Amino acid sequence: MSLIVNGTAVPAPADARVSLLDHLRETLHLTGTKKGCNQGACGACTVLVEGERILSCLALAVQYDGRQVTTVEGLAQDGALHPLQAAFVEHDGFQCGYCTPGQICSAIGMAAEAQRGVPSYLSDDLSADTTLTRAEIQERMSGNLCRCGAYNGIIDAIQATIAPKVPA
Amino acid sequence: MTPFDYARAGEVAEALRHGTAPGAAYLGGGTNLVDLMREGIARPDRLIDVTGLSTTIEERADGGLLIGAGVRNTALAEHPAVRQRYPMLARAILAGASAQIRNMATVGGNLLQRTRCFYFYDVDGARCNKREPGSGCDAQDGFNRIHAVLGASDACVATHPSDMCVALAALDATVHVAGPQGSRSLPFTDLHRLPGDRPDQDTVLAAGELITAVELAPLSFGANATYRKMRDRASYAFALISVAAAVEMDGDRIADLRIAFGGVAHKPWRATKAEAALRGGPATQQAFLDAAAAEFADARPLRDNAFKPALAGRALAAVLGALTTGDVA
Ligand SMILES: Cc1cc2nc3c(=O)[nH]c(=O)nc-3n(C[C@H](O)[C@H](O)[C@H](O)COP(=O)(O)OP(=O)(O)OC[C@H]3O[C@@H](n4cnc5c(N)ncnc54)[C@H](O)[C@@H]3O)c2cc1C
Ligand code: FES
Ligand code: FES
Repeated sequence: MSLIVNGTAVPAPADARVSLLDHLRETLHLTGTKKGCNQGACGACTVLVEGERILSCLALAVQYDGRQVTTVEGLAQDGALHPLQAAFVEHDGFQCGYCTPGQICSAIGMAAEAQRGVPSYLSDDLSADTTLTRAEIQERMSGNLCRCGAYNGIIDAIQATIAPKVPA
Repeated sequence: MTPFDYARAGEVAEALRHGTAPGAAYLGGGTNLVDLMREGIARPDRLIDVTGLSTTIEERADGGLLIGAGVRNTALAEHPAVRQRYPMLARAILAGASAQIRNMATVGGNLLQRTRCFYFYDVDGARCNKREPGSGCDAQDGFNRIHAVLGASDACVATHPSDMCVALAALDATVHVAGPQGSRSLPFTDLHRLPGDRPDQDTVLAAGELITAVELAPLSFGANATYRKMRDRASYAFALISVAAAVEMDGDRIADLRIAFGGVAHKPWRATKAEAALRGGPATQQAFLDAAAAEFADARPLRDNAFKPALAGRALAAVLGALTTGDVA
């Protein structure tokens, strides 16, 4: 059995204690995904599993056997940054950059959620289409903390790339 | 973390066969259990992954919903029937944790998540009867802003942290359980216990019992409902106080209603006294505040949480004010 990480099959760890985060960083040397709190409180470890954002620090790697995992290293295509990565550069979506891989994976997962109509705690009408206003983005991205406080740039980058694609 | 074996259960009988062994624990999304294992609070030697069991949401003939225990929190909140007929539940789920955690967390795991009492988590530095029975409770005289004001005991003042469970308490949900002795169903409000002198036991489930589903009864006025959460930051924080409410009006009188509070007790708190005070009466701000006062008449505040009864009252008044004037969200 194996996990598929950024398109490549890799063995699951033999020790069930190993988190998906440690497996990515320590075994596969994919150090883009960051460890902030290791307890679900910061979002730095966010990765995509079949397009859904999850926290790799609270995930046991064995539980994701057979699943498709995408990390920040898997986003660029043919040497070109993912549009959201480029927008983070353009809009100063970071200072130290530690939270950035998690922010970017999280925003890509958020876009898919909004596209398929997942409401948020802020939605006035739970059944209506989502408009990713600043307030909606803040609420939907609240699982990703930024110690440098680059939030305005992060939201600008998301609005410039992702928000326009969601139907109003 | 102590070493453990990991196995995926393909069916309920298989899960029970492994799950009833001493030292075994069921694994949902792992968002609480993995953390507790890392902290050394939970030390199972075998994890039975039950996320593959019962992952569907079924419409019942009576208009209710049968929700598999393995359904992820996001999937439940986004289900069209939940959004339309049980918006209180959708909003409660969306008020909890973060999107990443809601994508991982299962219904079964959400029900059985453990308290966020700081002293429960402080393995090296604090006494806690819930973690280590008989050791004492450092929360009683400690930092207890987040702790219980209703139904607590000298042994434990912890609260149940779930938002989703507050809605389930208000919605008269039923929990379906499978165990070595067969299957049983119990009212959701009977699942969680008050601490008494056994705060180590959060629920009435026996060792090895597996939650297979949660069932929602139809509620004719379920669409006129909401969930509001008061916390120390606007998002991604546990509730200090939360309120789930649904109301049916008859002219300017309240015909029927459901109310539950979160953040006040060792279990999600169905507010039967406040409901009784309001049923059939006028929908005035004073009536709402009086009803909350009746519910919290027996409150026993601690050093840091004396604000809770008043905050719960204002939250209830705000929510019912909106629901009785048709301003739902
Ligand atoms: C940073 C952070 C913030 C959070 N904020 C909130 C919040 O604001 N509001 C809120 O409500 N929650 C919050 N949570 C908690 C979160 O909702 C729970 O961790 C989650 O719901 C647990 O679900 P799970 O499937 O991951 O459970 P797991 O961690 O897998 O399991 C939890 C418990 O349930 C048992 N279990 C799981 N499934 C079954 C079953 N079918 N039958 C019997 N036993 C079972 C396990 O053995 C374990 O004891 C937060 C969590 C974190 C980490
Ligand atoms: S490292 Fe996973 S949430 Fe902080
Ligand atoms: S850029 Fe430094 S933590 Fe976000």
